[in-house]
Amino acid sequence: MSTTAELLKGAAELFPDEVVTSAHVRHFDLPFGAGRFALVTLDNGLDHTKPTTFGPASLANLNAAIDQVEKEAAEGTIVGVGITGKPFIFAVGADLKGVELLKRHEDALAIGKGGHEVFKRLAALAVPTFAYYNGAAMGGGVEVGLHCTYRTVSAAIPAFSLPEVFLGLVPGWGGCALLPNLIGAEKAVSVIIENSLNQNRQLKGAQVYELGIADAIFEGADFLEQSLLWTAAVLKGEIVVERPAVDRGEAWDQAVAKGRFVADSKVHGAAPAAYRALDIIAAAKNGDLQQGFDAEDQALADLIMGGELRSGIYAFNLVQKRGKRPAGAPDKNLARPVTKVGVVGAGLMASQLALLFLRRLEVPVVLTDIDQARVDKGVGYVHAEIDKLLGKGRINQDKANRLKALVTGVLDKAEGFADADFVIEAVFEEIGVKQQVFAEVEAVAPAHAIFATNTSSLSVSEMASKLKHPERVVGFHFFNPVAVLPLLEIVRGEQTDDASLATAFAVAKKLKKTAVLVKDAPAFVVNRILTRFMGEIQNVIDEGTPVEVAERAVEPLGLPMSPLVLLELVGPAIGLHVSETLNRAFPERFTVSPNLKAVVEAGKRGFYVYDSGKPELDPEVAALLKQGDVVLTEEQVRARVLDAVAQEIGLMLDEGVVAEAQDIDLCLITGAGWPFHLGGITPYLDREGVSERVNGKRFLAPGVASVPA
Amino acid sequence: MPRTVRDVVFVDGVRTPFGKAGPKGIYHETRADDLVVKAIRELLRRNPGLDPKRIDEVAIAATTQIGDQGLTLGRTAGILAGLPQSVPGYSIDRMCAGALTAVTSTAGSIAFGAYDAVIAGGVEHMGRHPMGEGVDPNPRFVSEKLVDESALFMGMTAENLHDRYPSITKQRADEYAVRSQEKAAKAYANGKIQQDLVPVSVRRTSPEAGETGWGLVTADEPMRPGTTLENLAGLKTPFRVHGRVTAGNAAGLNDGATASIIASEDFAREHELPVKMRLVSYAFAGVEPEVMGYGPIPATEKALAKAGLSISDIGLFEINEAFAVQVLAFLEHYGIADDDARVNQYGGAIAFGHPLASSGVRLMTQLARQFEEQPQVRYGLTTMCVGFGMGATVVWENPHFEGDK
Repeated sequence: MSTTAELLKGAAELFPDEVVTSAHVRHFDLPFGAGRFALVTLDNGLDHTKPTTFGPASLANLNAAIDQVEKEAAEGTIVGVGITGKPFIFAVGADLKGVELLKRHEDALAIGKGGHEVFKRLAALAVPTFAYYNGAAMGGGVEVGLHCTYRTVSAAIPAFSLPEVFLGLVPGWGGCALLPNLIGAEKAVSVIIENSLNQNRQLKGAQVYELGIADAIFEGADFLEQSLLWTAAVLKGEIVVERPAVDRGEAWDQAVAKGRFVADSKVHGAAPAAYRALDIIAAAKNGDLQQGFDAEDQALADLIMGGELRSGIYAFNLVQKRGKRPAGAPDKNLARPVTKVGVVGAGLMASQLALLFLRRLEVPVVLTDIDQARVDKGVGYVHAEIDKLLGKGRINQDKANRLKALVTGVLDKAEGFADADFVIEAVFEEIGVKQQVFAEVEAVAPAHAIFATNTSSLSVSEMASKLKHPERVVGFHFFNPVAVLPLLEIVRGEQTDDASLATAFAVAKKLKKTAVLVKDAPAFVVNRILTRFMGEIQNVIDEGTPVEVAERAVEPLGLPMSPLVLLELVGPAIGLHVSETLNRAFPERFTVSPNLKAVVEAGKRGFYVYDSGKPELDPEVAALLKQGDVVLTEEQVRARVLDAVAQEIGLMLDEGVVAEAQDIDLCLITGAGWPFHLGGITPYLDREGVSERVNGKRFLAPGVASVPA
Repeated sequence: MPRTVRDVVFVDGVRTPFGKAGPKGIYHETRADDLVVKAIRELLRRNPGLDPKRIDEVAIAATTQIGDQGLTLGRTAGILAGLPQSVPGYSIDRMCAGALTAVTSTAGSIAFGAYDAVIAGGVEHMGRHPMGEGVDPNPRFVSEKLVDESALFMGMTAENLHDRYPSITKQRADEYAVRSQEKAAKAYANGKIQQDLVPVSVRRTSPEAGETGWGLVTADEPMRPGTTLENLAGLKTPFRVHGRVTAGNAAGLNDGATASIIASEDFAREHELPVKMRLVSYAFAGVEPEVMGYGPIPATEKALAKAGLSISDIGLFEINEAFAVQVLAFLEHYGIADDDARVNQYGGAIAFGHPLASSGVRLMTQLARQFEEQPQVRYGLTTMCVGFGMGATVVWENPHFEGDK
């Protein structure tokens, strides 16, 4: 047995549950008398909903297939070797489940080396090799093709990417070293760094070809046939593949520098993966592939043994799995059909909700408000947004006509809601007003109708308490911008029944939102944690720490924006309102910052001016600030803020606001954009020892979002 | 409004390699509609002068129009092939003469002026859709003796045809079959067939049939080069005890698709499309269903009469070899020798296979190649027998004809 085979056998023993990919070898004569060809098909034997992956046993299968074709190539019985995938899927890379199981650095190193040792053999065969990207290709799937002599791509491919940096890895089976040497550093950085850090953006077939990753592109209908005809022509010398020379001068360094800039702007140095990838890309300038592969092995092993990757995989699984099967949701068969939606209020939030329900549910949506002008404005907003979608080609004229016809506005709730199955309110955040609105709706709406409230801080139970049927009320808390942030906190009031809750989850699913079940507790999840977090920042500023020190203190977390920039985005007045609500609920932990109050009262909408191109504290705001004389260091600020967050999450879990810490993290990722490398936040608090220090215990068991013991 | 009938031409034709039906066949895991799609796309690639927007119709034949051969295949295959949505399509059924009827129906419409250019073809995946799948014959056929019970079983009708022509012995049928295999092998060796085949990628997941994974089919699977009379002599006669029809002197059960471009001659010339054959006449005829193999004889008589030609004017014949006896009956009727050089020069369905509704265009594609090579020939014909007692014949003129030089 070769050493590669031994290496993979050892790795396979650590991962007994691998879904194993076969590497079928089939021989046939190419057209035009080009000779006998061996085509390897990667196939895990399941349909396209279970994409093909590479674990150690899968790599061993590919290795065995290469043993066979290597022999045939050496004997001269074949003229070339191709590799392709099952229908709709090429291969989507390493099996992350196997990565999660790894406990030792040397085992992690073996995974990197194992992949390299197998893939490298494709480049070393005595005949040319061809990758046919027939379907989705990601990570190691892309990389196996990069080791081939030539590549073709299907124009029908929906997804092609090197997503490793997005998760917290580097493309470590040749991607970092080979891609810049194939298409140049600038394009490689855009694929490996920029796309990954932009919500894991995918390439389509045409882009794969335009970037120069593939040498030819063919339509999906007869992609493999045309690829093989092209192969025959290449082998016969009728087609000569010419690739533009790679610029190994200053452009290479500039590309890497640009990559670092992108990484800084996205993760602020807080996650190592992008930087490790850039280091390898920078070194690949000299064209020494083996050196690059060795560096990839080291980077992979280091990252696999690091908390950021474990958090990244944990976060990915939360979004992909838990986000789609919400914990604690009742039996979905209890859900009632929603064939008409009522929206109380026609302001901006209400109009945005109307648009969302309209687009996703495609049922009649009726807006009401207190006067015709507001109603008209709300409907007008929805119509204008539909026209924008039409203008961008996102929908066609028929769909625009359909959607516009479905949205109406009336003054009379009886007229609008008599046959509504689901009524959502987005009126002024005042409990009396909301109770009044629901009472009016209950007088006219059908007995089965669900009432949802988009309140961000009021008690759902209290809002329902005056109704004849309080069991029909649920909280339906969206995050701004509604069209962008996936999170929907679904709040179960004290009396909410299972059918209403099930209906709410069914509607959330149709809205394509990530629904999390939340107890009716003050400010629910995201706002409560963000307010505690911001409150602690404000506290240290109020006590005397300079604004810029407080802001810089949390930079190492790599949050999407600094605390005060976030507060600007939310609006200082709203931030103040939520902090007042929470202060009433939990006066011992939530303060109301006098400086924030002063800023709001002065009518300021933000803290910074951007005249110089960079944010600078607005002098008018600076003049309003009244600070004490306790000046903390960044470390001290960071510790106070993290301690506060850990304490608050601990209390929320004790109160049963959500089922588990996982739900807290899912909320922070999808509702506040907190990054994968933190795993939301609890994995970070665990690995930094904050949880232990504050609560005396971890949030997650060892091995969950961390290297198993 | 006065009308002028327009000349109709066969521009080009292609087909997939034919496969053997069944679990070990090359197309066992390939959809029928995909076979049609690949043929249509190859036609378009070969004829860049034909703007897809100008295609007025896609007529695709299939005998069993359910599943992947259903759903108005002409329309769905057009969309799947990437034709513009503005191009319409429909499905046709005349069993074995499906593709032939797709050509004649659209040709009639072209002559009338309704279309300028069309795609006409056919498909039969007899592995996915065995003969007789889902049929429900009216019981009156039997109770009122409208047809003989053997009419639904093509092998039995072939035995019946042997009865009608006692001089056509099993020996003659086997000799004919051996020649068909020899001619087909020679045509392959000379590259006559491959030039009109579109390669098809095929997937295999079951190891019983051979190597698994994706492969590429570039040649007909059913061919048995080197077949001898001795090989054939020992074969069973499944349709009648001590019968004459065997798997060796009949076409098999096959999978495959064909497609052609048919256009008005003016349109073809204007767009610089090839003109491979010019349509002269066509005819269909009915005969007793229990001797359906007799069908080509009256159909040809009708088609020749309409063209004002006699059998002696025909320089090349492409006769579908559903059964050797059916070809021999035709030749005997017209006094043509069993081994006449004008007949099936490249061999026939006994060698290549006969995926029912697809075969008509295969005959035309082969006749077109023979016209190119033989400019001394002015007229040729394609003819086939059809289930339930029919025959179909199309008479073609060779545009390369150089006169009686």
